[in-house]
Amino acid sequence: MAPVIIRNLNKKFDEFHAVKNVNLEIRDKEFVVLVGPSGCGKTTTLRIVAGLESITSGEILIGERVVNALPPMDRDIAMVFQNYALYPHMSVYDNMAFGLKMRGFDRAEIVKRVQVAAEILGIQDHLGRKPRQLSGGQRQRVALGRAIVRHPQVFLFDEPLSNLDAKLRVQMRVEIKKIHDRLGTTAVYVTHDQVEAMTLGDRVVVMKDGVVQQIGEPLELYNEPANRFVAGFIGSPAMNFATVALADAEGALWAHHEGIHIKLPDRVARQLRQHVGKNVTLGIRPEDLRVASGGDTSDLSFDAMIEVIEKLGSQILLDVKAGPSTMVAAVEPSVQAKVHDRVRLALNPNRLHFFDDVSQAAI
Amino acid sequence: MIEGARWRRWIFFNLPLVLFVVGLLFPFYWMMVTTVRPDAELYRPWMAPNYTPFWTLHPTLDHIRYLLGETLFGRWMLNTFFISVLATAISLFCGLLAGYALSRLKFPFAGSLGTGIFITYLVPQTLLFIPLADIIRNFRLGDTPWALILTYPTFLIPFCTWLLMGYFKAIPRELEECARIDGATRWQAMVYIIFPAAVPGILSAGIFAFTLSWNEFIYALVFLSSPEQKTVSVGITSELVRGDVFYWGSLMAGALLGSVPVAIIYSFFVEYYVAGITGSVKG
Repeated sequence: MAPVIIRNLNKKFDEFHAVKNVNLEIRDKEFVVLVGPSGCGKTTTLRIVAGLESITSGEILIGERVVNALPPMDRDIAMVFQNYALYPHMSVYDNMAFGLKMRGFDRAEIVKRVQVAAEILGIQDHLGRKPRQLSGGQRQRVALGRAIVRHPQVFLFDEPLSNLDAKLRVQMRVEIKKIHDRLGTTAVYVTHDQVEAMTLGDRVVVMKDGVVQQIGEPLELYNEPANRFVAGFIGSPAMNFATVALADAEGALWAHHEGIHIKLPDRVARQLRQHVGKNVTLGIRPEDLRVASGGDTSDLSFDAMIEVIEKLGSQILLDVKAGPSTMVAAVEPSVQAKVHDRVRLALNPNRLHFFDDVSQAAI
Repeated sequence: MIEGARWRRWIFFNLPLVLFVVGLLFPFYWMMVTTVRPDAELYRPWMAPNYTPFWTLHPTLDHIRYLLGETLFGRWMLNTFFISVLATAISLFCGLLAGYALSRLKFPFAGSLGTGIFITYLVPQTLLFIPLADIIRNFRLGDTPWALILTYPTFLIPFCTWLLMGYFKAIPRELEECARIDGATRWQAMVYIIFPAAVPGILSAGIFAFTLSWNEFIYALVFLSSPEQKTVSVGITSELVRGDVFYWGSLMAGALLGSVPVAIIYSFFVEYYVAGITGSVKG
């Protein structure tokens, strides 16, 4: 158990700058998730922490030590890989015991640790089997067990659930969370799945093109995204975006978009003062749109036409067309709607997001 | 499998299969029949009324008795075995290390070195034996088993290297990375994890190498001269063909007995061997 500190980390593969000046302090016992689209540098960052890739510039500290020059074996870490990376010729027991044998633990201690880990993971009946005789979920448990028995300072997870089917993925997600709560080992977890990131992470690091976009607790990212990319990446279905022109009229601030005119609440208007006369991006999450009654002429609503209805059970997703642009609204399942119906949608005034059109940063 | 009517299956699948199997097995059958056929039948003209080329009604062990008693066949078998085992061992050892290095380590010219090794494999033996003969003479190895043990690797090492290189590439890199995180050095990861995971590939490379050296003809013919040094393939063709007299029965007996060890090895390792050619390790 130890903090991990990444300082000014850069990684170049020949000409390709994969990781750009990443700074991250992971506290002791914290579960941090790196998330982003493929090629964003998250896996490279993790592999650098593991010692599997060299550092171009910057510093990695595990505990108090700078580990830049240490080989993987001396960093006191354990890693779980996407394809499990179980040793195919060894039994489950030997797979889990390998790291301990390599480190010269005595037999009794190895047996004890493997037993404890196997019980935590519910694989004590499979210790004699070979990896190929196990299901995907069981293999992933063995891979977890191999990490647990070592009692490392840090767990590193590289998309460990991506090869599992959807149902098992949810189940294993919960188990990983439980194991982390129980062992309290610092964990760094890489995934491209924002749901996994939100559910597992104490804090989430969103990356894109090798650059950290935002670091924060899951709800912080959701409610206060730092820029348009984070806003669009976190949350499913994704946030709706529209370019709006800001203009002063009748003593209030108005946002105009293709024939839709919205009067902004005073609180929001104050923040947007210096952008008057310019274009900005307005973002609104699907669940912050609601179906207003037909007579609602409030300044925060607009007319739209329903194109597709997705009934998810707990909510209904309405894909609507408002002017030339399309949006998604997540509404109560009780809403009666038909395709091609005209509806009036109202925005939640407290949940509007604005992004600078040039820098993409939140305003 | 071919879909459709039963006759289609027969015409397009079963019939070609039968022809194929018969075509493959017929030489062995011919070898067996000739081995046990008495001389009188062997030299009977084809228009004779009692001419029966495909079977014999008076099987005899005379040819085998002649082969084992009157020639150095046992000695040749031992020679071949000794040479093949050592040449295979040397080639496998070098092939393992070279294959691993070329597939896993990053070093300058790794790619062109791999291609270079492959190209040496493409140089025909019928050309290579001329300079090699010179080298063998300079080292005074002519007419000793070492002439072959040291020259067979010239074609076995490229072969093993390439086969194993492909096999190592199919083993997920993460396996090794995981071992190194688990506390193994690169060498330990190679010996404890990669080599055991590559056993099917190593076995098939070994079997191929052994078969190639067992069947090798031209180097053995050129580098060995005294009868007691010869290998099976050269021994039976040079000692049982005298002038224009072919001792067909004993020749075939020698060919039959000479192919037994290879057949035994194949049948033992056939599962590994098929896995080595067709598949890789999946977690």
